[in-house]
Amino acid sequence: MMRLSWFNVTSLTLGFAFLYLPMLILIIYSFNESKLVTVWAGFSTKWYGELLQNEAFLEAAWVTLKVAVLSSTFATVLGTMAAYVLVRGGRFMGRTLFSGMIYAPLVMPEVITGLSLLLLFIGIGLDRGVLTIVLAHTTFSMCFVSVVVSSRLLTFDRSLEEAALDLGCSSFEAFRLVTLPIIAPAVISGWLLAFTLSLDDLVIASFTAGPAATTLPIKIFSAVRLGVSPEINALSTIMIGIVTVGVITASIASKRNVLRQQNEERAAAQS
Amino acid sequence: MNQSVFAPWDDPTQKPLIRFKNVTKRFGDFTAIDDLSLDIFEQEFFALLGPSGCGKTTMMRMLAGFETPTSGVIELAEQDIAPIPPNKRAVNMMFQSYALFPHLSVYENIAFGLRRDNMPKADLDARVAEMLKLTRLEKFAGRKPHQISGGQRQRVALARSLAKAPKLLLLDEPLGALDAKLRQATQFELMDIQEKTGTTFVIVTHDQEEAMTVASRVAVMDEGRIMQVETPERIYEAPNSLYVADFIGEVNIIPCTLRQTGEDRFALDWLEGQAPFTAISNRSFSDGQAGHLALRPEKVSISAERPADAQNTVQGKILDIAYLGNLSTYHVEIPGGRIIKAQTANTRRISRRSYTWEDTVWLSWTPTAGVLLEQ
Repeated sequence: MMRLSWFNVTSLTLGFAFLYLPMLILIIYSFNESKLVTVWAGFSTKWYGELLQNEAFLEAAWVTLKVAVLSSTFATVLGTMAAYVLVRGGRFMGRTLFSGMIYAPLVMPEVITGLSLLLLFIGIGLDRGVLTIVLAHTTFSMCFVSVVVSSRLLTFDRSLEEAALDLGCSSFEAFRLVTLPIIAPAVISGWLLAFTLSLDDLVIASFTAGPAATTLPIKIFSAVRLGVSPEINALSTIMIGIVTVGVITASIASKRNVLRQQNEERAAAQS
Repeated sequence: MNQSVFAPWDDPTQKPLIRFKNVTKRFGDFTAIDDLSLDIFEQEFFALLGPSGCGKTTMMRMLAGFETPTSGVIELAEQDIAPIPPNKRAVNMMFQSYALFPHLSVYENIAFGLRRDNMPKADLDARVAEMLKLTRLEKFAGRKPHQISGGQRQRVALARSLAKAPKLLLLDEPLGALDAKLRQATQFELMDIQEKTGTTFVIVTHDQEEAMTVASRVAVMDEGRIMQVETPERIYEAPNSLYVADFIGEVNIIPCTLRQTGEDRFALDWLEGQAPFTAISNRSFSDGQAGHLALRPEKVSISAERPADAQNTVQGKILDIAYLGNLSTYHVEIPGGRIIKAQTANTRRISRRSYTWEDTVWLSWTPTAGVLLEQ
C-alpha cells in the first residue's frame, strides 16, 4: 500500500474539486426553493415537478433519445464494417488513404462538419428534422466506433477465423459466428461511445436540426441564454444521475467478469 | 496388429493421397517453397521437420487452403485443390494456438464443423460424444475453453479437427505449448488416435524427437526445399546429406579424403601421419574425393586399452564429460585437435566412473558405424 503524503492528498483534493465542484453546486441548487439560482432559500423538489410538466423539454428529450439510439446503431454497423475491412482487407488500392480518411473527422472542427452537412442537406433538398440529425450523428460517431473496433481487431487471433473457415464456414459465417461474438464487447463500447457523443452534441445538431425537431442540448442552451432557471439544474441533475448509475453498473459488471474469469482459469490450471 | 510393414511409398501401385508437383510459393521476393515435389500416402503420419522459416508451415497452409501456390499443382486424391476454398476441402487443421472459440463450450467447439454441414441432431450428438470419448473429455463437455487446462485444450482442438472425419488432418506444432512430460504422453496419444481413426496426419514440427516418435515418414526441410524424405530410422541412420545428419540428433563430422580399397570399402585419410579409417558405403566415390564421415556418438566405443580387433581406433584425451543420467557423453580430443563425442549408457547405478578428465582413452568404431557423405 502506498502511503499518502501531504502532497498526494493535496493534489488529489484539488484535482477532484476541480472536476466535481461545479457539478456538486449544480446538484445542490437544483433542490433550491428560490427561483433565483444564486440565492439559497431552503430545500425543495418543486423544480423536478415543474420539469415533468414542461412539454417542450420532454419533447426535446424524446427526440434526443431517438436520435442517439438510431445514430449510434447505424454508426456501429458502419464503423464495424469499416474497421473490419481496414484491419482484415490486407493491401488494396488506396488503403492508406481510406484509413486516413476514416480518422479525419475525429480531428475536424465540429463547426465545419456541421456546416458542410447543412450545405449538403440544403443542396439535396432534404427537410431538416430527426432524419438529418441522425444522418449527421451517424457520420461523425462512426469514426469513433471504427477506432474502438479496429483496435480490438488488431489484437484478434486471426487463426480463430481461419479455424472457422477450415471447419466449413463461409467468410460471412465466420464473421457472424466467431469474430462478432468475440469482439462484441468492443462493438458494444463503440455503440455506447457513439450514444453518449450523440446525446451531448450541440454544435452539429444545431446545424442540422430544424424547427420540427430540437434536441435537449439545443433546448438547454437556448433556455440558458434567457437566464438559468432551476428547472435546468433539475434536468442536468437527472442526466448526471443517469450517467453515474450507468458508469458504475458497467464498471462493477466488468470487474466481476474479470474476477470470475480469473477464478475459473485458476481452477482449470489446478484440475 | 498388422504383420505386414506399412510402407505404401515403396509400392509403385499405390496412389498417393497428396501430391505436390513442382510447387513454388513466393511472398514478394522471398521464396518460401522452391520447386518442391512430394507424395504423401493414405494413413500416413507424415512429419514436416525443419528450422523456423524453412517453409514447412507454408506447405501446411497451402494444404489447408489459406495460401495458393505461385506455380505448380497440389493434388488431393488426384484432384487439383487450388480452386477449392478452405471451407470446401476435406482437410481439417489443428492450429498451433489451438484457436478454440472462447465463447463456445467444449461441446459446441467440437460440434461447430458438424453444424455447418447441417448434420441431424441425433447424429451430431453421437459424433460429438464419440469425439469426447476418443479424447477423454466427457467430463468437460460443458466447460468453456478458459475453464480447462492446456493439455485439455489441446485435446479439444484435436477432437474439433477430427469431428468432420477429414481425409487429411494437418497439425501445426500441436504439442508446442505443452510441458515436456505431457508432451511425451500426448505424442503416444496422437499416434494411438491416428491409428484408431485411420486418418492421414501431416504434422509440422521443429522438434526432431517429436517427429521421430510419431511419424511414419519424416521430411527434413531447409529453405523451401526438401532435403530428405524417409522413415525415422533411415533419416537417422542413413542421412543423405551433411545438413540432415547434423539436423537430426548429435553427430561427429570428420572431413577426410576417400580412397576405394574394396568393392564397397573405402579408406579415409583424415590426418597426415595417422592410420586411415575404414568405412563401408554402397555409394560410389572417385579416388581422392573429399568427403565427410558422419558418426553418431552412441556408435563410438570408449576403452582404456586399444581394442585388439577394432578396425577404426584413435587415441585421445577426455576434455569434458556430460552426465545426462541415463547416458554420459565424453568429449574426446583426438590428434589434429578435433573433438569426437562418444556416448555410453549408464547401465549400472553408482558404478565407479572408469574414466575422468584428462585421461587418455581409445575410441573405436566399426566400418559400418559411420555414413560417408559428399561435400
